Amino acid sequence: MSAAILALEGVDKRFGNGLLALQGTSMHVAAGEFVALLGPSGCGKSTVLRLAAGLDGITAGRIDAPALHGGVAQTAFVFQEPTLMPWASVYDNVWLPLRLSGMDSDMANDRIERALISVGLSDFHAAFPGELSGGMKMRVSIARALVTEPKLLLMDEPFAALDEITRQKLNSDLLASWQSQELAALFVTHSVYESVFLSQRVLVMSARPGRIVAEVMIDEPYPRTVAWRTSAHYLRICAQLTQALEAAHAPVGAA
Amino acid sequence: MKQRALPLLTFVALLLGWEALVRIARIPHYTLPAPSLVLQTLAANFGSLAGSWWFTLKITFGALLLACAGGVLIAAAFALSRPLEAALLPVAVVLQVTPIVAIAPLILIYVESTTAALLLCAWIVAFFPILSNTVIGLRAADPNLRDLYRLYRATPWQRLRLLLVPSALPYFVAGLKISGGLSLIGAVTAEMVAGAAGRETGLASRILEAGFRTETPKMFAALLLLVATGVMIFWSFNALSRALLGRWHASEQSVQD
Repeated sequence: MSAAILALEGVDKRFGNGLLALQGTSMHVAAGEFVALLGPSGCGKSTVLRLAAGLDGITAGRIDAPALHGGVAQTAFVFQEPTLMPWASVYDNVWLPLRLSGMDSDMANDRIERALISVGLSDFHAAFPGELSGGMKMRVSIARALVTEPKLLLMDEPFAALDEITRQKLNSDLLASWQSQELAALFVTHSVYESVFLSQRVLVMSARPGRIVAEVMIDEPYPRTVAWRTSAHYLRICAQLTQALEAAHAPVGAA
Repeated sequence: MKQRALPLLTFVALLLGWEALVRIARIPHYTLPAPSLVLQTLAANFGSLAGSWWFTLKITFGALLLACAGGVLIAAAFALSRPLEAALLPVAVVLQVTPIVAIAPLILIYVESTTAALLLCAWIVAFFPILSNTVIGLRAADPNLRDLYRLYRATPWQRLRLLLVPSALPYFVAGLKISGGLSLIGAVTAEMVAGAAGRETGLASRILEAGFRTETPKMFAALLLLVATGVMIFWSFNALSRALLGRWHASEQSVQD
């Protein structure tokens, strides 16, 4: 196994209001690996992402992530909402991470073009976010995340608000982007089916305080197609994972 | 088309009704002049009224300009420091809630130059909407976008220019629309208090002066110029708002679709 790009060991996170969001959370993501983090709403999945992005600090334990080192941005974040700047064109939105690192639009142009082509929006440079559908906005958001060629991509239920058809299309396109780059992904979701379709490894989180309670390996090679989504193997892993999720959230003392 | 024709027709009907009322009821012109007489009076006195109009315009736009500068600077300071806002906002509120007619006489005593006193009065009325709106606007930036700027290690200047200013713009423009009308009201109110004296006077002084001489048509002519100014300010700020926000902000998107 290659070296871990993201590692949490015994991490606790308590918020200012006293809420204990994470307790003894340990996990790692290897360079180039695709890992899904599965759990119900409010179990601390998003908190793990924010810690990994350096947006919040840990209360106890140890964490190592590229965002916590200096230097160029190697971490990208895709939020649940597209989180685009409504006053800026698609092009300017994708330019933003490079612009913030001091690149003018001439220098950044090639990379912006490539990012827009990779999400299939090369004809929408001049469009404003308000003129796009929900799925297209999310594509812009992904193009913005990939434009810096990051080493670690953190995604917080990015497709939860989209319809099933758009969601499956974006799942496939995301895998294609992931395979074409030297990129590790940590993908937070509450969908068993989405996590199995996408990832090499699924981590199941318990409810508050959150910690990792189960790990399921998915030994299906890439590229994964629609055929994978309908295979018996896929359904078997989904069933196994559903059981693990049930077990993790069974009422205390019920078993 | 219908949308534009309707208010125009209403106006024409009102004016015609007014004209007819004055003629049929034989109302004397010192009580209520007909619109036609008001226009004639305006044309005949335009030379002398234009100077006063220009003076009122200078006070109005001077005060509005100062209100923009002051409102935005104070808002930026408030946005940077909550304690500063807690300390100074009550002062701004006191200024805002005190009727300008009531403090204008004091200001006219304390401030030597009448022009400066008038500017100050109009400024006090006009700056608060810009201040309070801009303070809200500077804090209204999407929290996720703020996180994104942190993740990419934006400098404070980049954050201000690329995130905070555009986020605050719709709020600032809304404040500007209110302040535009208020600065005219403030200027005229202050002129009214200052009275007809002095060489350099505005339209309010001309209305007072014409009132003393029961030159009612002239009062209406000056009033017409004030109304025209107010409408012009309203239209131009609406156009500015459309130009700045039309492409992306919900407040300027058409409501039919």
